[in-house]
Amino acid sequence: MHLPEYPLPDERGRFGPYGGRYVPETLMPALEELEAAYRRLRRDPDFLAELDDHLRHYAGRPSPLYFARNLTEAWGGARVYLKREDLNHTGAHKINNTLGQALIAKRMGKRRVIAETGAGQHGVSVATVAALFGLEAVIYMGAEDVRRQELNVFRMELLGAEVRTVTSGTQTLKDATNEAIRDWVTNVETTFYILGSVVGPHPYPMLVRDLQSVIGLEIARQLEEAEGRRTPDAIVAAVGGGSNAIGAFAPFAYLPADKRPRLVGAEAAGEGLESGRHAASIGAGKRGVLHGSYMYLLHDEDGQILPAHSVSAGLDYPGVGPEHSHYADAGVAEYVSVSDDEALAAFQLLSRAEGILPALESAHAVAYAARLAPQMARDEVLVINLSGRGDKDVTEVMRLLGKESR
Amino acid sequence: MSRIHAAFQRAREEGRAAVVPYLTAGYPGPEAYLDTATRLLEFADLMEIGLPYSDPLGDGPTIQRSGEAALRAGVRTADVVELVAALRRRTDKPLLLMTYINPVFAWGPARFFAAFAEAGLDGVILPDLPPDEDPDVVRAAHDAGLATVFLLAPTSTDARIREVVRHTTGFVYTVSVTGVTGARSELPDLAPLVERIRALTDLPVAIGFGVSGAETARQAARVADGVVVGSALIKRLASGEDPAPLLAEIRRAARVE
Repeated sequence: MHLPEYPLPDERGRFGPYGGRYVPETLMPALEELEAAYRRLRRDPDFLAELDDHLRHYAGRPSPLYFARNLTEAWGGARVYLKREDLNHTGAHKINNTLGQALIAKRMGKRRVIAETGAGQHGVSVATVAALFGLEAVIYMGAEDVRRQELNVFRMELLGAEVRTVTSGTQTLKDATNEAIRDWVTNVETTFYILGSVVGPHPYPMLVRDLQSVIGLEIARQLEEAEGRRTPDAIVAAVGGGSNAIGAFAPFAYLPADKRPRLVGAEAAGEGLESGRHAASIGAGKRGVLHGSYMYLLHDEDGQILPAHSVSAGLDYPGVGPEHSHYADAGVAEYVSVSDDEALAAFQLLSRAEGILPALESAHAVAYAARLAPQMARDEVLVINLSGRGDKDVTEVMRLLGKESR
Repeated sequence: MSRIHAAFQRAREEGRAAVVPYLTAGYPGPEAYLDTATRLLEFADLMEIGLPYSDPLGDGPTIQRSGEAALRAGVRTADVVELVAALRRRTDKPLLLMTYINPVFAWGPARFFAAFAEAGLDGVILPDLPPDEDPDVVRAAHDAGLATVFLLAPTSTDARIREVVRHTTGFVYTVSVTGVTGARSELPDLAPLVERIRALTDLPVAIGFGVSGAETARQAARVADGVVVGSALIKRLASGEDPAPLLAEIRRAARVE
């Protein structure tokens, strides 16, 4: 295998004006060290072979590109494919990144890893690779998310990780991330921070993007087999921090504009952009710095970070990766908003139409695809990146749909 | 000479390290803040004013909670500008604002720095801005007439120290440990780090993070030109105690031996 090389970020870690390293000075040497290690390893055949072996035999890659015949018929437009990241080990695309970062940690001689998690998908994935490689793992999770995702907390503990509940601020992903960064500032010499999305200080947005690019690279290869063409007409993916979307988009984003598919990121509109209860950083945010990176962000006129809301714990993050911020400005990708209600409806739609329960995150992408596909021609191809499976969300969906447990 | 450098020199002439208390602006309330700050100024050579921020990732729980409380009480950036102006009417000692970078961007660096400079501020401390990351912001502060203070840490390489001091005009703020702010009962041996910094700059060097009382202040004063004390004062405030006696004790202990 190889890790793709893209024209961005520049050597200062910027995607246009976005990105950079707005972190306490204590972390600067660690970020420089990580960047140097990664630039070396990304061309190291032994490292790449080890990563490839784990992606195939442990994570279960390549994940299928599934032709969704029933959805295609129901929507009456584009030929709809689902990229089945939900079939990866641990049930989401997160494993692509955590396997890569854990292998880098091992090569850098770090025995302790830390991570933040919202819905628990990234946390479970980190706990999993820590168990696999014999690393000590500490996962930070907001108290509100601990409540919403009880099962994932137990799962992490079964895997041998320590879950630390964060009670500061909004008690969700943003605050879990603050706490993980504080831990890293304190234990930087012994600890590797496995960041879960394409956010944070350089080189993380680049590193996570490169590791997630396997999604888009496989889409191209699998589409060639299925349709005799490497590029679809459109790709839709959910965007919180934005890692599954960037993994699907990046291999196509740097194509010339006339060869590029429509790339559509679905942000969580929550209860509506006017309600103030949403997580649409691009749709309704403005530029700022959070967790070490300059990007689109939900904050007030004084720069205080606003709480994000989404029915999906995995999307309620007030910022979005710097590369997405750049794509939005440059018109490389478009970003749309999908409400909680639309996501819930799409969750049920995909379950019934194809027998696949999507994660509530991914349901946002399905909901937008339901709008887009009918407008496309019957010979066009639409790929939905199904970033994760819905098992973790079933009890929450049951509550929201007002069903009592029997 | 700037008011900041003059304050360090005066302390040196008195055979002391300069004493720099930190308080979160508007905590526990705007009036109470002004009262406390005024009492502390009696024992202070310079004063550090923290802008309350929602996501202070360089701070430990004590300062974080004080910031959350101030925000809940409705303290906004404009209120902090007014608090600086009010303090300026009460003292001619150097006043420095400690702020994370996002509130600066939210107002725009030029507007933000101009408002505080006009209120009588002398300098800014930017804990999450490695200065080489955004030289335009540093320039905007200087254009507004503010001195800039950046942090160095035990992990800082000589190359990083050289880069950071190039943009520093106030003093060098050295973090005693890898970690976040917070009172600690003892400090590591700080001499090697301070010596490395002194070899690369003539700026005054102050030590912060972990100074909690006489013993840690004495230890810091032995090697540095100044000691910053924050969490230990906020802790007293949070439990309803007057932090002034603690600062007086720290000032007595900060004698250069």
